[in-house]
Parts: sequence; structure tokens; C-alpha cells
Amino acid sequence: MTQSESPEPGLGGLLTKDLSVVAAGTPLLAEALAEQAVPVESVDWRPPPPGTEGALAAVMGDPRRADANATALDRMLAVHPHLVDVRPAREVLDLEPGTFLHAGPPITWERASGPMRGALIGAMLLEELAKTPEEAERTLADGRVVLDPCHHRQTVGPMAGVVSPSMWMLVVEDRGADGRTGRRAYCSLNEGLGKVLRYGAYGPEVIRRLRWMSEVLGPVLRDAVRAHGPVDLKAIMAHALQMGDELHNRNRAATTLLCRELAADIAECDAPREDIGDVLRFVGGNDHFFLNLAMAAGKASADAARSVPGSTLVVAMARNGTDFGIQVSGTGDRWFTAPAAVPDGLYLGSYGPRDANPDIGDSTITETTGVGGFAMAAAPAIVRFIGGEVPDALAATRRMYEITLGEHPAFQVPILSFRGTPVGIDVTRVVRTGILPCVNTGIAGRVAGVGQVGAGLVAPPAEVFGAALEALAELVPRP
Amino acid sequence: MNEPEAAAGPAWVDVRRGLYRDSITLMRISRGLAERDGVLGALTAMATDLNLELLSRLGFTAPPDVGPNDLVVAIRATDEATLGGARDVLDAMLTEAPAAYAPGAPGAPGTPGDDQVPARTIATAAARAARSSGIAGTAPTLALVSVPGRHAFVEAMDALESGLNVMIFSDNVPVAEEILLKDAAARRGLIVMGPDCGTAVVGGAGLGFANAVRPGPVGIVAASGTGSQQVMCLLDAAGVGVSHAIGVGGRDLSAEVSGRGTLQALAALSADPATELIVMVSKPPAPPVAALIREAARRLTTPVVFAVLGDGDGIGSGAGIRGPGGRHERRAGRDLTAAVEAALAVLGVPVPSWPSWPAAVPPRPRPGALRGLFAGGTLCAEALHIAAGTLGTVHSNLPGRPAGDTGHVMIDFGDDRLTQGRAHPMIDPSLRLERLAAELADPSCSVVLLDVVLGYAAEPDPAARLAPLIGQAGDTAVVVSLCGTPHDPQGRDRQAAALRDAGATVFASNAAAARYAVSLIEVSEHSVIEGHRR
Repeated sequence: MTQSESPEPGLGGLLTKDLSVVAAGTPLLAEALAEQAVPVESVDWRPPPPGTEGALAAVMGDPRRADANATALDRMLAVHPHLVDVRPAREVLDLEPGTFLHAGPPITWERASGPMRGALIGAMLLEELAKTPEEAERTLADGRVVLDPCHHRQTVGPMAGVVSPSMWMLVVEDRGADGRTGRRAYCSLNEGLGKVLRYGAYGPEVIRRLRWMSEVLGPVLRDAVRAHGPVDLKAIMAHALQMGDELHNRNRAATTLLCRELAADIAECDAPREDIGDVLRFVGGNDHFFLNLAMAAGKASADAARSVPGSTLVVAMARNGTDFGIQVSGTGDRWFTAPAAVPDGLYLGSYGPRDANPDIGDSTITETTGVGGFAMAAAPAIVRFIGGEVPDALAATRRMYEITLGEHPAFQVPILSFRGTPVGIDVTRVVRTGILPCVNTGIAGRVAGVGQVGAGLVAPPAEVFGAALEALAELVPRP
Repeated sequence: MNEPEAAAGPAWVDVRRGLYRDSITLMRISRGLAERDGVLGALTAMATDLNLELLSRLGFTAPPDVGPNDLVVAIRATDEATLGGARDVLDAMLTEAPAAYAPGAPGAPGTPGDDQVPARTIATAAARAARSSGIAGTAPTLALVSVPGRHAFVEAMDALESGLNVMIFSDNVPVAEEILLKDAAARRGLIVMGPDCGTAVVGGAGLGFANAVRPGPVGIVAASGTGSQQVMCLLDAAGVGVSHAIGVGGRDLSAEVSGRGTLQALAALSADPATELIVMVSKPPAPPVAALIREAARRLTTPVVFAVLGDGDGIGSGAGIRGPGGRHERRAGRDLTAAVEAALAVLGVPVPSWPSWPAAVPPRPRPGALRGLFAGGTLCAEALHIAAGTLGTVHSNLPGRPAGDTGHVMIDFGDDRLTQGRAHPMIDPSLRLERLAAELADPSCSVVLLDVVLGYAAEPDPAARLAPLIGQAGDTAVVVSLCGTPHDPQGRDRQAAALRDAGATVFASNAAAARYAVSLIEVSEHSVIEGHRR
């Protein structure tokens, strides 16, 4: 019997220290304490959605949960990602011709959105599996290709996230203190803005750029990174957060820091002078070049936290343009999905909400690992771009502390007195509070080939967290 | 649906789905609306069955398809303009930000550089309070949980994981959850007080319903909130103070929960240098639990006085004293007052004459029924026990007692079934006031016995609402058990004077009040025999 264990009489100093209370529930009881000059921190408690009470109680009562979450979060935070190499997908991912990776949870051609279809068509053309877009579309529609989520191959891809064998990949490796686990994660090279494959464009200039990236950019970066040695991404990200990036919609500082880090090694590559100039111009001229590195770093961190039984930590949030999916540490590789929402934000030129595709991309791995929307307070420069004001940015980051398990030891927000960013989304807290993760995102045009039409904020559908909670509840061991 | 006569005037009923406000805030809003000129009736409440029934009683048509997560608002007024005005006021009151911050508290709006919005979970609030406590302040040691019972487990578990002890004020919490919480707490060296723990005193501060008592050498462990309050108030009246009063919840000594909280509380108080004597207040424990407690008390270095209500308790009938090795064991009466007297004897303090405030015109005994209307469950049980010894059958909603509304009746208005979606009767007296009026109008009722429990969190001026009714009692005698201290926010002596001036006879000892009330019932030969037969 439990009570026969000798009880610890200390009670955390309850009877000996000055009383200080946290109160949840009726304000009357907190007021009565305040009348007696007892310090009270009040909770603005609200009931969870009807129907979730049983699963919440089961999961909150899971004796494994607290330790499992501590373990999972420790693993996520212990990862020290470095850029160690740049190599073709066919080599590092065992990607065979006719297999394409894509963003988000699993999807079929039939259910794929415009930008996803466009990107797949472009990848068919790039791989010379079709001569025309029409032929590519027919092949894809006939189901003669294999579609697999990036997330299933330690990979993440922005927007449509389509990866084909000839694309070059950033190779990111965990070189954390406890012995370089060797865990790796991958992401493609960022194409820049405008008409690009990741937004579903597949015109000749898109394919031409992708060819150049495979023939020139990839090999030059490979040589530069190998000459430089592993590039410490955590350090660059930590600095960039203090320079106004949030590492999802703003990567200007991080990209600049990366250029500074690699410039000499790029210059010394054994490549034609004009290629070196083109590479420096391309990387330096693309404010989002670092996004793909932040994503791979996030993926390496999140994967380390996978499959801890009892843990309610979210290890992936991803969208394929049709569905929003999450994966949770305690439920293995299972996806919990629901229809993706259309982001709310500002539109470029004459585009409007009717031109927007539902939310798409694996870039939510940044929010999953404590940056992006979770670090909005660090990036006042972009809050207007996504349709807000500076206080909104501060409020967004502060709100995320309610649903996260910890504060990032390396990523700090100067304006919050260098408080660590909120990191480690906890399914139980999302359900309890009804606060959904805040995601910064680009908005893709709904028609294949249009490209980016805006940027803004989006929230995951609440039901994916409810579904994950139900699954966690079913896995709670019976006493 | 039949519209009651009083309900003349335009009515309006609306549902705010998924909008949650706690029952006390809603009670305040209802009362604020009802007090407006031209408003004939108003109710804002979560749509529990109990509240829907109340809505019908007030003459409103309950909306279809609503549940306890929906907020129902209903107003009836003399005319449309008044109704419209009341609706605007209602909307303003409902949209007001919850009064979550004491002014100047850490994190209060306007505090530069700190969080601007109240925390949404206990974990966040605990982390915030710990951060802002700094070097000089004190990090929180306790979470006070008063959310609706079906949500209390989650909040309490969150508190334990944040390293906080927990007092669960909420009732309607499943017993399996109570056991899980108490075990989780013990593993962390923490304690869960409750569920349904209404009263605690920690280091002089009253939590929940607690009285302003002087500091002193007596530690209280109580499975009953009002029992604990009665003991601390009588001790205070005798000039003896309280170190701490730890509540454990009414089910702690059941066979299932097996004294988990009581054993921890006894150990903690025994280790506490400020505590010289422990008074344990409870109903009779389940027999195997009584043995556990007896053993634990025997091993303690601090003497324990048991104030166990009711018949045979397996610890020692009524109040008994256990010292180290169980040496000085004494027997005392079977009520809380006797237990306090036993504790005073251990401390070597003389027993005072317990305060009472006799009515100017003493009532005369006459035949009829005794009706006890209680806010405190333990005070109700104690009075019932005393009354049943003389009067025989007493109907009650207390467990194990015959139900019914005729003859002698004792009702505990704090019962779980009467508080679903409503505030406790010590905060919201409306159901009891309604019943009091009915009893005073009932010719078969000759004596009404009421408890009035003062202290933090209780109604600010209970006598103000009782006195007008008592003043119209006519031949019906009104006896009041007044549980409070002179330092309570309501002022015990002010309350006593107001009740006495209205015609009631007032006692500080609940047992004395019950005996007096019983003495006012003229008993026929027949009913005495019936009483002894049971």
C-alpha cells in the first residue's frame, strides 16, 4: 500500500515558509487570500472543449507522462545541429527515380492541391520522366510514381516540399555534447522567391534554375562546407534571433551570418570565377536561403524526441496543402490530420484570400522546435508583413509559453529580457487551454504555377490535438 | 408552460454556448441584475439540471439542447426598456475581464516588462509567481483549485507536477481520481487537501472557508470543513490559537482512500515545531482505516485528540485522546464542543462558558417539528445526532438517514447534489433562504435550527438577509448556531446581535444550539418511546 511508505513530512515548506498561492477557479477564494495579504497568482481558467474530459484525465493521470516529457524535451534540446555536407538526394536518401518526397502528412495525387500538383509536375520534368507538363500529369494521375512524406525520410521540405533524386540536399548532423549521435536530417536548397517549384511553378525558368542548383550551387556549397568544416547552426540561429529573425518568415540575419561564415571557402572553391560569383549572389540575394537550414536543424532536434512512451510532446507539425498533420512522441509515427486552413494575412499585389491555397509545407518544424511563430517577439520587423503590430508579436510569443513544456536554453528573445523561446508543444496543454500553436507562413497561390501570393498567420485545426489526445489516452497502461 | 403570477412582464432567455464563468461570478451577476429597478427576476448560470430547474421555478422557459458547458441568461422586467437596459448591463458584466489580478500583484496589467495577460494554467502561473518572487519573496507552495469537479483532477495534477501542494475546494470529484492524486502527491513529498476540502489554515492564513483565529499551539486535521471551523472558533473563544488546520476531504477516511491524506497530515503536524497538540475531526472512519490512524497516532510524539462524530468509531467513542504510547486515554462526549473541551484539558486551559446570545423573549417549548437548515454538513450531522437521540426519527438528505420532508427534518444545503453548477450555500444562500421562508410558513414546524458560518469567503453579512425572515417567524422559534470569531470579516458579535435582535437565540457551540432547539420541542410520551426504539 502506498500510504505505508513513510510519508515525507516536509510538504515543500508548506507549514514553514510564508504562504504564497496559485489559485484556479472562483475569484472569490483568491480575493479572500488577497484580503489577508497572502500573495496570489490567479489562473484565468476555462473549461476544455466538451468531450475531452475523459481523455484529458486519463493522460494527465498517466504516471509515465511527466518523466517521458522531460526525457523527450531534453532530447530535443540536446541536439546540436551542424551543417556537415551538401549532397544529391539520390545518394543521401536512397531516393529512386519515380519516387518523390512531399511536404506534410501522406497525400495522393487525387487529393493533392494545386501547388502540390504543380511541384510534382515540375519534379517530373526535372527528372526527365516526362517531356511535357501534360505527360507528367498523366503519369502522376495514373499512380505510376511513389509519393512519400519527407518526414518519413528524416527530411523536411518548404511549401510543397517536393524532393526528387537529382536535387541537392543540405545534410545536417547532430554533434551534441553527449557524443555526436550522428542523427541526420535533410532539406533541399532554397530556390528564392518568385516563380519557384515549392510554390507549384514548373515553367522553363523554374526547371532551368533547378538544373543550375544541381550542377553549380550544390557542388560549390558541398566543397565550401567540406573545406570549412561543420557549420554550427544553433549558434547562427541564436544570433539571428537577436538580430530580428524568427527563422520562419524572416531569415535575413541568419542568411547573412551564413554567407559570412562560408564566403571565404566559397571563394576558394575549385570552380569557374563566374560560378563562384553566381553562387554568392544567389545565396546572398535570397533572404530565405537559411530557412531550409533552420528547418533541417529543427527536424534533427524534433526527431531526437520521437517515440518516448507516454510523452505528449509534438514532434512534427506539417501540411501538404490539403491536410494539416501532427505527430506526437508517445504515439510513434502515427499522423493525426484534419483539413488545413487558409492562412490569415496580407496579400501581394492584387491577390486576395480567394487566390490562396490552404496551408502547406513542412516549415512548421520551426514552430515545433521553438522558433518561427513561437519567436515572433524576436522579429518586430516583420509583424506588419504578416498583418499585425509589435504588441501582437509579443503577445503571440507569450501565449505560446502556455502550451509548451520548456524554454529554449540557446534561443533567447532580447525584448523579453532574454527569456528562452517557448519550446516543446504539449498536446494536453493545447487541449486544456484551447490555445493553438501560432504559425507564421507564406501563402501559396491555389493554382499550380502562380507561386507565393502572400504571408500571414495560421493555426492548426484544433481537432488534430483532440485526436492525438484520444490516442494517447488509449495507450495509458491500465493500473 | 404555466407562467407563475409574479412573472408578469417581458422575459428574455438566451444561451451563450461554450462561454464559461464560475458559479460565484454568475451569482454576483444574477444578484446585480435582480437588484436593478424594474427587474422582476434574473438568472445567469451554467445550464446544469439544477440550474435549469431553478430557471423554471423563476418562471422562465428553459431553452432546449443546453448542457453544463453552456451559459444560460434570463431576465424578466416590468417593461421592454428596462429589459433592454438590463441586457446591456449583463453583456458588459459578462465581457468584463475576469478579476484575476489583485492590483499590484506580479503580472498585473501595467506592470512594465511582465506578462500582460493572466496565466491560463497552474503550471504557467506557478512558474510566473516563482520568477517574480525573486530573492526576497516566496515561491508558491500551494495551489487552490476550485474549478468544477470534473475538471479538478487535471488542474490538481498540473499543480503537483509544478511542485505545489494542492487544496481542492471543488466537490463532485471521482474517488479514483482522489486516490491517484493523493498517491502522486505522496511520491513527491506533497499533500492533496480534498477534494471537497472547504477549509484550511496555513501559517495563520485562512484558505477557503476559514475563520480569523489567533495563532497558537493546536494543529487541526479535518475530514470536515465546518467541523474544523467549529473547533477553531471554540478554541479561539477559549483563548487558544491554531498553528495550522489541514483539511483532507470528506472521503479521506473511507475504505477506498484509506486515510492517505490524514496520515500525511498527522506526520506533517507532528513534525511541525509550532504544533503541540493535534485535534483530528472526522466522521467515524471505516474500521480498517481507524486501525491505521490509531497506529499512526500512537507513534507520533505529539498528542492527538480525536473529535469523531457519531456512534462507535473504532478509535475510541466520541472524543478521545491518544498520547505517545497511547498512555493517557480519556473518553469525552460525542460532539465537537466536548472534543474541544478535552483538548483544553490536555493544554491545561480552563473551559470557558461558551458564548451565547439569548433572545429577549425566550421561546416556550411546544409540540411540533424541528427543522434544521444547514450550510455546514458536519454541523448538520452533529445536530442531527443530538436531535435523534431525543426526538427519534429525523429525516435528512445526509447519507444513511431516511429521506423525507415531514416530521423532524435536517437538510445539508452544502450537499453535492444541491451545489452542481451553484455556489456553496455559505456564499449563495438563496436556496436556503427560500426554504427558511417555507418552513416559517409551515404550521407543523415549531422550531427552526440554522447554522451561520462566518469567516473568509463566506457571505459578507448573512444576518442582513436572515433577520427580516426571522423577524416574521411568529410563534416559530429560531435557534442559530453561529460559527465565527470576533476578528472574522463579518464580526461574530455584530452578527450575533443582529440575529438576536431579530428574535433568534444564538449559540457559539453548535452542540449547545442543537440541545436547546431540541428542548423547545414538547415531546409526547408516544414519540419518546418511538425515539428510543430506533
